[in-house]
Amino acid sequence: MIELKNLTKKFKVGKTEVAAVDDVSLTIPDGDIYGIIGFSGAGKSTLVRCINLLERPTSGEVLVDGVDLTKLPRKQLLAARKKIGMIFQQFNLLAQRTVEANVRFPLEIEGVPRAQADARVAELLALVDLSDKAKSYPAQLSGGQKQRVAIARALASQPQIILCDEATSALDPITTSSILDLLKSLNRQLGVTIVVITHEMRVVEQICNHVAVMSGGRIQEQGTVRDVFLHPASETARKLIHPAGDDAPEALPPNTLRLAFTGEESGAPVISDMTLQCDVMVNILSANTENIGGKPFGQMLIQLPDDPAAVQRIEEYLAGRDITYEVPGKGSE
Amino acid sequence: MSPEMIGLLAQGTWETLYMTLVSTAIAYIIGIPIGVILYITGEGGIRRNRTVNAVVGVIVNILRSVPFLILLVAILPFTRLVVGTTIGSTATIVPLVVAAAPYVGRMVESSLKEIDAGVIEAARAMGTSAWQMIYKVFLPEAKPSLLVGATISLATILGYSAMAGFVGGGGLGAIAINYGYYRYQSDIMLITVALLVIIVQILQEGGLKLVGKVDKRLR
Repeated sequence: MIELKNLTKKFKVGKTEVAAVDDVSLTIPDGDIYGIIGFSGAGKSTLVRCINLLERPTSGEVLVDGVDLTKLPRKQLLAARKKIGMIFQQFNLLAQRTVEANVRFPLEIEGVPRAQADARVAELLALVDLSDKAKSYPAQLSGGQKQRVAIARALASQPQIILCDEATSALDPITTSSILDLLKSLNRQLGVTIVVITHEMRVVEQICNHVAVMSGGRIQEQGTVRDVFLHPASETARKLIHPAGDDAPEALPPNTLRLAFTGEESGAPVISDMTLQCDVMVNILSANTENIGGKPFGQMLIQLPDDPAAVQRIEEYLAGRDITYEVPGKGSE
Repeated sequence: MSPEMIGLLAQGTWETLYMTLVSTAIAYIIGIPIGVILYITGEGGIRRNRTVNAVVGVIVNILRSVPFLILLVAILPFTRLVVGTTIGSTATIVPLVVAAAPYVGRMVESSLKEIDAGVIEAARAMGTSAWQMIYKVFLPEAKPSLLVGATISLATILGYSAMAGFVGGGGLGAIAINYGYYRYQSDIMLITVALLVIIVQILQEGGLKLVGKVDKRLR
């Protein structure tokens, strides 16, 4: 379990101090895939670097399985870091080492005997499906392959935690998806806790169970991905879920409703049924269905006629069907 | 050209190579630790230490700013202490090393600075100790750049060794001065200069070929 308590990291910018991470408290349970999402400059990369103390927090505690890493002497900190794997946006492979030598690196650092290390490397390369590239150098690989090598390397010392700092942000959508699938299957097979830093909602949707939304160095909201996605409470979360700004209240015409419907209704002809039952024409402004944790979830923005009676009929209909709706900018009812 | 002259030039070439290669080797043995210290104690280094960085930096700068001929004469007593004489190729190695080691230190430092910061961060995240960082990350990752630096250093040290001919050092430089300059034998002067040019060419080309082979980044 990772517990961050009142974590603050300040940087000196010229003469002023700026808090990149501002009093963040967060608990990440064992075996979870936990997303930390935010726009650039939100402080999420600094926050994740505080977990393995690549950045030493200005104040606060970093507890990993109950041990406060900030209080460990250097040697024990090095040992603790070996149990926290990390992968990066730019892969950060050793350019002068072959793929297998890259994966062997953490084992060399640990002093694992060569024969044993080589066996483990072969195992790891098979796990990430790169056995045929063992003798290649990073420069000969594609981005996705490099990230697979980085994942194998991060797993070499059998960590309980893997930190992913924008691990798919330099990859195309298809490769992103395959890397995320790999991470998810590693989480299932090995029970490893994964912390995912990203600015992309689809990454969170695809693999995370929980998510914290960050901006200005603070956690704006946190919860299960489903809850945050369906009922985003913070402005940042809304912007992340609707990047085009189609959900900004001021940009919407009057009488707009946002419907959020879950599970079976996604497949049902709700809107058609609603217009027939209520005898009201509605204008669909935007609609999309996302796959969250294997279940379809739908979001739809509809514009209702300027007729209070019709609006009331619609609201009654929705309440009867147990569909969550809200007037954008006003919160759900 | 007389057979004696050819023999003399062959001997001079050998002495020049001997002085250059041995001095460069020793200069690197001293210069690599200097470069590593400057790098790890410098801005953003893994063992940032302003005091150590400033002290080593100032010593390096002082040694680098003294003109080689002055340095050579100034440390004659030290040279005699180390090798027992101040004349000949072996004696020249001492001032060559003293002059070259700080220069090599800066070359090594600048090669290390080229290493991708992300790679260092990844190694830190894996729990790499400072020593492991130096011999498993810094030096291997900077190897191609270090070799380019060594090629440049070799040519520079070769030039210094020729200067040592003025004050009793051996090699092609001494021949150029003794025969070409003092006795006005311009043909000898030209031949020694041509030989020096050829040696530099071979070292430079050979060095760059080696770098091409060693560097795994571009294929």
